[in-house]
Amino acid sequence: MAVDGSVERLRREGRIVVVGASLAGLRAAETLREEGFTGTLTMIGDEPYEPYDRPPLSKQVLLGRVPADHTALPRRRAIEAQWRLGVAAAGLDPTAKRVALANGTSVEYDRLLIATGVRSRPWPNELEAGLDGVFVLRTMDDATRLRHRLKAGPSRVLVIGAGFTGSEIASVCRERDLPVTVAERGPTPLSGALGSVIGDVAAQLHHQHGVDLRCGVMVTGLEGDGAGRLRRAHFSDGGTLDAEVAVVALGATRNTEWLAGSGLAAGPRGIACDAGCRAFDVRGIVTDDVFVAGDVARSPHPLFGYQFLSLEHWGNAVAQAEVAAHNMICPGEERRPHLWTPYFWSAQFGVNIKSVGVPNMADQIIVSQGSLGEHRFTAAYGYQGRVIAAVTFDQAKWLEFYQRQIEQAAPFPPPFTTVDRRTEGMRPVPAGFPDPSVPTHGPQVTVSGHSPTDQRVTFTPA
Amino acid sequence: MRVVVDLNRCQGYAQCAFLAPDVFAMHGEEALLYDGQPDDTRRLDVLRAEAACPVKAITVEGAGATWAAEGAGVSDGG
Ligand SMILES: Cc1cc2nc3c(=O)[nH]c(=O)nc-3n(C[C@H](O)[C@H](O)[C@H](O)COP(=O)(O)OP(=O)(O)OC[C@H]3O[C@@H](n4cnc5c(N)ncnc54)[C@H](O)[C@@H]3O)c2cc1C
Ligand code: SF4
Repeated sequence: MAVDGSVERLRREGRIVVVGASLAGLRAAETLREEGFTGTLTMIGDEPYEPYDRPPLSKQVLLGRVPADHTALPRRRAIEAQWRLGVAAAGLDPTAKRVALANGTSVEYDRLLIATGVRSRPWPNELEAGLDGVFVLRTMDDATRLRHRLKAGPSRVLVIGAGFTGSEIASVCRERDLPVTVAERGPTPLSGALGSVIGDVAAQLHHQHGVDLRCGVMVTGLEGDGAGRLRRAHFSDGGTLDAEVAVVALGATRNTEWLAGSGLAAGPRGIACDAGCRAFDVRGIVTDDVFVAGDVARSPHPLFGYQFLSLEHWGNAVAQAEVAAHNMICPGEERRPHLWTPYFWSAQFGVNIKSVGVPNMADQIIVSQGSLGEHRFTAAYGYQGRVIAAVTFDQAKWLEFYQRQIEQAAPFPPPFTTVDRRTEGMRPVPAGFPDPSVPTHGPQVTVSGHSPTDQRVTFTPA
Repeated sequence: MRVVVDLNRCQGYAQCAFLAPDVFAMHGEEALLYDGQPDDTRRLDVLRAEAACPVKAITVEGAGATWAAEGAGVSDGG
């Protein structure tokens, strides 16, 4: 596709293959058609379902307000694709431009988009993970099973890990009036993503709603009864807890194993790509026909020191897919960079939590509106004298303002006095992120260097 | 019919919950819960909510863009 006019031919009659038929894959497919791609479009997905939305799974679906299969994503337009659902991509030969499928067939492409996302990190002990009553939550099937079990009214639920997903599950349990214990290795819930200053507020929410929150403790083992049902959990402080259900919420692993041997820079931290969503190969050379988008991607962001960001955020999957799709069918000079400012939301204990920027890069934090004690506030995050992120609890309307501050590299602490002049917000304090040299289960945003040859990972339970 | 809300954009104005209360509901002060696949009898309400959302956060599946219209079924990849 290097010859003049070849892009035109690609748009007209090329073959584009999308691996990963979920949010990023669907939005990319729509964009391709929107922008005039009339060739063959193949969507490969290992789940048997058409693309569906995951955020509702840990919220309205677990609450029992909406059935799990009410989450299929609306189409923004018809995409006239050939669907290969329920079959995984098993290998990639970038020289022959061919994707091998798990059922022994293969598909050839002129351009490939990889959007295989992440999967839940399972409980590390396989025998214990297999106990009846031990769950993870990533897919519609996971949500259906867990919802069914919660509905049956277990005597106690144990949530392992108090990141966003774990906290949302705990919140659902309380709303369903189920006794729930949360075990978190860090000092507070959400401390990996938002720091322990805000994490303390999250801990208050847990307590206020009757969650048995235990921080600074690890679950060391799960014990079953004679029939293989979960009965008890053991903790690092020597304690035990009787529970019928345990939800493992220890973060996610990137779906990149199928790319082993492909020569792409794909590993446990995702697939490295340039700001135009083109994948790097292991030599650090950018490809021109393999693109990446969504949770599985790691791309450099100029606003954040060109560090490679892996974002497990809904909005990033949509925005990155649109840029990737555009660039797949455009000549070099018309390509666009993915300069999206990270944005995400979570809802737990009836509170709307939102974030813009990359909080976990910050060293300091200042409460600029509202008050931590009222659980309704806006906090700005600073890094080396710049505003780098902001988080709101039930004050979402302020985020757009902070997005501009971040994009303009505004100084931190902000020169303006807090709008409502609370004393709390007058002075920046350390944000309270964990020491990066201590291993932790993944925060929602990971910022790290680029090392494609480092294929080893050692799992340390949270 | 299918609906999705971009909750990054949503600012909790609750217009949708007012116009289509069977489909959209506030959860606490600001968080929004909704049914992504409301009954077709709610179509008019949902379209009104979509139009009324001040930040255009609601996407409703357009006519002709449905799964069925595409004639695509779940395949085993063969
Ligand atoms: C319970 C839950 C709650 C969430 N809540 C929020 C929230 O409140 N706010 C927010 O911003 N984000 C939230 N997210 C994150 C958001 O859902 C993701 O960022 C988004 O789904 C990413 O989309 P994606 O298409 O990149 O990846 P995914 O949705 O992970 O899709 C990847 C797809 O590829 C498939 N696949 C993997 N390997 C292969 C293979 N080899 N061959 C074929 N197919 C393959 C997978 O099975 C999957 O269907 C939540 C996620 C979960 C699980
Ligand atoms: S009308 Fe729009 S902004 Fe308001 S709650 Fe509904 S989706 Fe959110």
